[in-house]
Amino acid sequence: MCKECGCGIVGEVNIAGKPSRQVPSPLVNGGSSHAHSHVEPHDHPHPHSHDHDHGHPHEHPHAPATQTLEVHQAILAKNDRQAERNRGFFKAKGLLVLNVVSSPGSGKTTLIQKTISMLAGRLRAGVIVGDLATDNDAARLRSAGCPVVQITTGTVCHLEADMVARAAGQLDLGALDLLVIENVGNLVCPATYDLGEDLRVVLLAVTEGEDKPLKYPPMFHSAEVALLNKMDLAAATEFDRATALENLRRASPHATIFEVSGRTGQGLGAWCDFLVEKHRTQKA
Amino acid sequence: MHEVGIIQSAVEAAQDSAKASGATEIHVLRLRVGALTGVVPDALEFAFEVVRSGTMAASATLEIENVPASFWCGGCQAEFLPPELSYVCPKCGRQDVELRHGLELEVASLEIS
Repeated sequence: MCKECGCGIVGEVNIAGKPSRQVPSPLVNGGSSHAHSHVEPHDHPHPHSHDHDHGHPHEHPHAPATQTLEVHQAILAKNDRQAERNRGFFKAKGLLVLNVVSSPGSGKTTLIQKTISMLAGRLRAGVIVGDLATDNDAARLRSAGCPVVQITTGTVCHLEADMVARAAGQLDLGALDLLVIENVGNLVCPATYDLGEDLRVVLLAVTEGEDKPLKYPPMFHSAEVALLNKMDLAAATEFDRATALENLRRASPHATIFEVSGRTGQGLGAWCDFLVEKHRTQKA
Repeated sequence: MHEVGIIQSAVEAAQDSAKASGATEIHVLRLRVGALTGVVPDALEFAFEVVRSGTMAASATLEIENVPASFWCGGCQAEFLPPELSYVCPKCGRQDVELRHGLELEVASLEIS
C-alpha cells in the first residue's frame, strides 16, 4: 500500500532503476540506531504509616492494570537520525547540499540545469532527482553534463533521508562540490522531512500566483532561500511582483530571495555567486 | 498528505518503547501534533484504524493533542498565537518572529501493560 497518502497503490522506491533496499550506500547503516525509552524509577519517601484497610466483600472484573510510559520521541526520529548522518557525511566531503522544493511545474529541473551549466569551472555539481515515475528529469539533467541519480518514489509524495543516502552512494561525492537534491514536486509533505541538506531552496514561479507563500506557510517558512522563478513571464501573466515579495517575506522573513528565470538565465548570476560563496564558507 | 506514513512510524516507535519496557499491549497511544506540521488529525485517526491491526496497539485508543502554533515577538517581548497560519506579530506587525511551537510531531506517552 502507498505508505504516504493511503491510496492503496502498490509502489516501490527505486534508485537508478533498482529497488531502494538493494542499493547499498556508505551513508546507510553507518552508525547504530539509538532509540530507547525510559521508565523513570519514581519513588517518594513516605515517613508515616496509614491505617487504611478496606474489606472487599464482592467480586468484580478488574481492568488490566496499565502503566503510563512517557516516550516523548519525535515520530520522524528515524528520518532525522539518517538526515544528521547524511549531513555529517556531506560536510566531511566538503559538499554544499541543496534541497530544492516547489509545486510541480515551477521549473525546478530547468533551473537546476541552467545553474549547473553556469557554475561550470567554479563548482562541480551532481544531482539527485526525485519523481514518482520516469527518469525524464534525470535525462534532462544529464544533458547539462553532470552526474545524476534518479529516485522514483512510486507513490511516495516526498523524498526521505534514507532514499537520499542510498542515492548519494551512487555518486562519486569526492569529485563534487555541490549536491543538488531535486525533491518531488509538492509543497506540503517535503517540508516535514529533513534530508541532511545545508540549504532548503523553495521555488515560486510567477505563473503560480502571488499568494502561494501564504497558502503553504510551513514549506516557505522552512526554506533558507526563495527563488522567484520564470521572471521572464512576469509581464505576460500580469504578475504582481511587490505583492509576491511581500507574501514571501511574510511567510519566510529570513529567506534570501533571488528573482530569476531558469529559461533565460536572468538573475542567475547572483544566485550562482551566492552558491559559490556558501560553498566557500561551508568548507572553511 | 502523508498521514499513513506518519502513523506507521508512530506505531513503530510506540511498539519499540513498549517492548523495551517489557509490555505486551498498548492501550492508549498519545501523540502531540503541531499546527504547522501539515498533518491532519482526522486523517491520522483514519490511518490509525488501518495501520494498528496486527500490532501491539491493535485495540488501542489514539489520543491526539493538537499543539497550536505560537511565536515569540522580540519587539513586544511576548508570545503570541497567530490568528491564522501566518508568521507576523498581530500587535506590532514584526515579521522576524521566533517559532516556539507548532512543529511538534511526537509520541508523547503510552498506556501499556
